[in-house]
Amino acid sequence: MERLTTAAARNIFYGGSIFFFVIFALLVGNSYMQARDIELNHPISADAARGKRVWEKKACFDCHTLFGEGARFAPELGKVWLKYGGDKDPASAEETFKAWFAAQPSRTEGRHQMPQLHLSDGDVHDMAEFLRWTALVDTQNWPPQPKK
Amino acid sequence: MKYPSQSVALPYFIGALTIFSLQLVFGLIGATMYVAPNLIPPELLPFSVVRMIHTNALIVWLLLGFFGATYFLLPEETERDIWSPMLAKVQFWLFFVAAAVAVVGYLFGNYDGRSYLEQPIYIKVGIVVVALMFLLNISMTALAGRRTVITGILLMGLWGVAIFFLFAFYVPANVVIDKMFWWWVVHLWVEGVWELVMAAILAFLLIKLTGVDREVVEKWLYVIIGTALFSGILGTGHHYYWIGAPAYWQWIGTIFSAVEPLPFFAMVLFAFAMVWKGRRDHPNHAALLWSLGCAVTAFFGAGVLGFLHTLAPVNYYTHGTQVTAAHGHLAFYGAYAMVNLAIITYAMPPLLGRAPYNQTLNVLSFWTMTTGVGVMSAALTFAGVLQTHLERVMGQDYMDVQQQLGLFYTIRLYGGVMTAAGLVMFLIAMLVPGRRTVPVAVALAPAE
Repeated sequence: MERLTTAAARNIFYGGSIFFFVIFALLVGNSYMQARDIELNHPISADAARGKRVWEKKACFDCHTLFGEGARFAPELGKVWLKYGGDKDPASAEETFKAWFAAQPSRTEGRHQMPQLHLSDGDVHDMAEFLRWTALVDTQNWPPQPKK
Repeated sequence: MKYPSQSVALPYFIGALTIFSLQLVFGLIGATMYVAPNLIPPELLPFSVVRMIHTNALIVWLLLGFFGATYFLLPEETERDIWSPMLAKVQFWLFFVAAAVAVVGYLFGNYDGRSYLEQPIYIKVGIVVVALMFLLNISMTALAGRRTVITGILLMGLWGVAIFFLFAFYVPANVVIDKMFWWWVVHLWVEGVWELVMAAILAFLLIKLTGVDREVVEKWLYVIIGTALFSGILGTGHHYYWIGAPAYWQWIGTIFSAVEPLPFFAMVLFAFAMVWKGRRDHPNHAALLWSLGCAVTAFFGAGVLGFLHTLAPVNYYTHGTQVTAAHGHLAFYGAYAMVNLAIITYAMPPLLGRAPYNQTLNVLSFWTMTTGVGVMSAALTFAGVLQTHLERVMGQDYMDVQQQLGLFYTIRLYGGVMTAAGLVMFLIAMLVPGRRTVPVAVALAPAE
């Protein structure tokens, strides 16, 4: 510490910060391009984009997580489309979603309560399209899938 | 108080403590919902709204505290009065009213956005206007006055806060890209520019409280914030592991996150070294206790609890569990709540024109609040580890696992009640005038 002058410490700080930020920005740029590539095979439909807006306007993330991010009051939903077999029978998965939304709140004793969101049929369809798209994202095998 | 314009800090600090109280009220409601989910019907108040008020109130009160701290310390650092005290007052009311409008709106279902950024668009624009007023005011003050390292780092941090907030307006339909840039606000704030603000405030406090030479502090300051940014910028990678970004982030995030505890450890060494070197026995012992406690608790909350789950192979299992909540609570409290409570403890006596009364109560509030948050974080850590095992290793269903965590959620609620009791003591110690000055020996007891 004694040999390091304040001026040298300052220069290391500014130089280093700029250096690491440039590397970070370049890597994020690369990741951005790769994320756009997902859309080549799986374009984001207008319905899916609207579904994301429903997700935001109803603040779903303030109870649920999506790819592990959000609140931890309710289950992870990134791959929920696959859980309800949406990849095999999309119409039936959407019906399941609709019935689920309609049944809230459950009022089951001791169980976290989901509010009645008053979604229109169009909202439910858009939400399903949004979650169908999120299920396509390569999350590096997350969440872990232990054998039951 | 050397400069009259320092008094504009007073409404900011009182506003900060008001919103802090609001944060704890909604924290207690949320914690109760984990224990008794059917107590409050979701038609009246859903958990989502409770959480957004809890987290938004946290950010708003910490920012109010940073604004107040800046207005308080800038005249002493620059040896100039604030450029426009009137603008500072207008800025306070604009921000405070915007926050109140947002909270009332939330209760009526008026929200839109991503986590922490639920504010409707007109509130977000209002925040930018407030930030511009603030930056203009403090930059004009700093440009006219004495240049110090503390001022430079503080201003760099505050400009960064405003610049990275602009990514709140970028909401692409591609959820992977959306998440990547959402972290440009959230991570680059709390593990980036906020650390500059915190380090600058802490350095100011240590100079005032211990009387050490500015030159010694300045070198330390550059080393600390250097390690903070060198590790923290690419440390953003630990948020990119499982959101659809490329796999190389697992290596980058792991390596750089492993270094992230270092600046917090350096801050502990720095704070204690300054106290040992210092010759001044400042009468405000409580302020020194909060300053040292801030460095130590930030190290445990941000450094140790963060490191616990930041490595990619570990995070694969713990990501999105209560482990994150445990870390979040202690880290925010240690690093940012405590630095604000330190500067408020230091600044309130001169702002209110009286000697530091009620130090015993303030010291007691320090231990009560810190123990309360510690209990909460410990309970959530246990809950998170158990949740990780049952859900991610044994493969049990999410809701079935939640039913088994009741004990820990109950302990967390008790920790929350204790934290709130600590805040009540703090408010009394700050705002109710005492009868005599009580310099207490207990304030110099070891911080942790």
